[in-house]
Amino acid sequence: MSSEARPFFAPVPKASGWRLFLKTVVARAYPRVVGQQRERSWIFFDVFLSILAVSAYVFVYRAIGAPEEYVGFVVVGGAMTAFWLNVLWSMSSQLYWEKESGNLALYIMAPNSMMAILLGMALGGIIATALRAGAILLVGSLIFHVQYAVGNLPALVAVFILTLAALYGLGMMSASLFLLWGREAWHLANLAQEPIYLLSGFYFPVKNLGFWVAVGASIIPLTLGLDAMRQLLFPSGAMLGFLPVPVEVVVLAVLCILFLIAARWLLGYMERIAVREGRLLESRR
Amino acid sequence: MSTDLAIETHNLGRVYTVRNRRERRIRKEIVALQDVNLQIPRGELFGLLGPNGAGKTTLIKILTTLLSPTTGWARVAGYDVVREPHKIRPRINMVSGGEASGYGLLTVRENLWMFAQFYGLPSREANRRIEELLRRIGLADRIHTKSSDLSTGLRQKMNIVRGFLTDPEILFLDEPTLGLDVNAARDVRQFIREWLDAHPDRTVLLTTHYMVEADELCDRVAIISQGRVLACDSPEALKRRLQREALFDIDITAPNGLTAAALEALPGVRKAVLTDADGGARLSLVLAADSVLPGVIGVLTERAVQVRHLTKREPTLEDVFVELVGRPLAEEEGQDEQ
Repeated sequence: MSSEARPFFAPVPKASGWRLFLKTVVARAYPRVVGQQRERSWIFFDVFLSILAVSAYVFVYRAIGAPEEYVGFVVVGGAMTAFWLNVLWSMSSQLYWEKESGNLALYIMAPNSMMAILLGMALGGIIATALRAGAILLVGSLIFHVQYAVGNLPALVAVFILTLAALYGLGMMSASLFLLWGREAWHLANLAQEPIYLLSGFYFPVKNLGFWVAVGASIIPLTLGLDAMRQLLFPSGAMLGFLPVPVEVVVLAVLCILFLIAARWLLGYMERIAVREGRLLESRR
Repeated sequence: MSTDLAIETHNLGRVYTVRNRRERRIRKEIVALQDVNLQIPRGELFGLLGPNGAGKTTLIKILTTLLSPTTGWARVAGYDVVREPHKIRPRINMVSGGEASGYGLLTVRENLWMFAQFYGLPSREANRRIEELLRRIGLADRIHTKSSDLSTGLRQKMNIVRGFLTDPEILFLDEPTLGLDVNAARDVRQFIREWLDAHPDRTVLLTTHYMVEADELCDRVAIISQGRVLACDSPEALKRRLQREALFDIDITAPNGLTAAALEALPGVRKAVLTDADGGARLSLVLAADSVLPGVIGVLTERAVQVRHLTKREPTLEDVFVELVGRPLAEEEGQDEQ
């Protein structure tokens, strides 16, 4: 260690406002994107195991003589499960884990916005998960010879982006809720995982659940997002679709806005509770 | 806002309420802080000395805008912690002992860069500071090591760098050397001192329950116990309070039924503390004068207590703590944990 008495460094102007917001988003996204590259186990757990689940449905559909589009539906649904699992375990539960590690207090204490932290988590999650979802889609399509007929690529991309925006908006909103509910968050995530596979029609057209059940399930953005993407990806998609794509796009846009507003309000509420009661920042370790 | 005081508190208090989860009724109230009045000028290294559970961390949480007080008020850098937290946050930082902040998959540099971004530090400047601070604290060779691969001591050094990286006007260090080995703790203490020497306008509030740390580092120390500040002065001034008295440590084989209370009943014995020591016990005495000692020895002899070693010594902060609280700090912690 040295013992110079000159300043370690000179003061520099720091970013504030929108520049600070963007810097925070990028910085918080960084661990997710980089972390995936350093933890390669996802190739087995997230791709190979997902392909196994997809295969089971494909074999059943082929055995009962279901339309061949169903195979494509299952592969697309299998790819989108990666996003659902990411939202559930790495968005909704994340603030709870951040509290346990002591990061949450540092996030709240920093001059940045907590919304920027959540957006960074979401952006990093989307980038990291897109790679997994893409791998599932590619491998599944090759193995099961899925035929796509994309008539309107910009619409498909727009629906995909809107679906992810609404889905991660839901994740950002539930992050504060999970934190408020504490340990029950773990059980909540477990509870939500499998039923959503069923309700959102990951492996079959959601229309088959009946109108009102499908309407109820539409609160999860993946329900309408998947349905719209399938309609834009497969020739008979429109026939098997639940609602017309434009309607689904409008609903997804509304959900996206609602979830983001709710996320912002809940973050403020969570911070007020944390500061008032102190308990939200207490790690159990 | 410009003020000569970095931190100011007035009758600051915090009561935690424990509620019955089902009935939402208040089950218990715990007073964590009571009537804390502090004035800490800019450029000072101020220590809060007290056992676990004394209220040190609660005070730090209030001052870092993470917890609201239930009574009184506090200002940091001239701003009210309740009404103006957004003005305080860019000016402060905090490091806690034993914290596991950051992400294990990221390297030391990446973790530090990430936290620097949350304060708006330009990336190039952040990387330059990271290298400089890691060099000074002796962690430069681990800059590319994943933080999950660091030992406790090295990880804490990384945390320390995180706190200093943003060049805060006021830095809060909550037990920064907790759990560190002697060498790592010394490195951290030396680093803190060097930083303050090089940045005399910066302020550090440090909590510790290590007497030596408070004595070695702090310009002033507040002794805190059960949520109250019992004394506040420079370590030298605090120790001077006891210099009119005579301090003795007597190592004995076994107390043979002797109690501290029995000794305190003797004229001129201000304080007597009996603690377990290797193969026997230690009697720490605060006497009004050296002339009181023969009376104490006489009592020991009556009880057939064998004296192994007797030392007269200079007062330490530990003695000041005993004088104020009535118990040694270690004993106080034991009581808090029960």
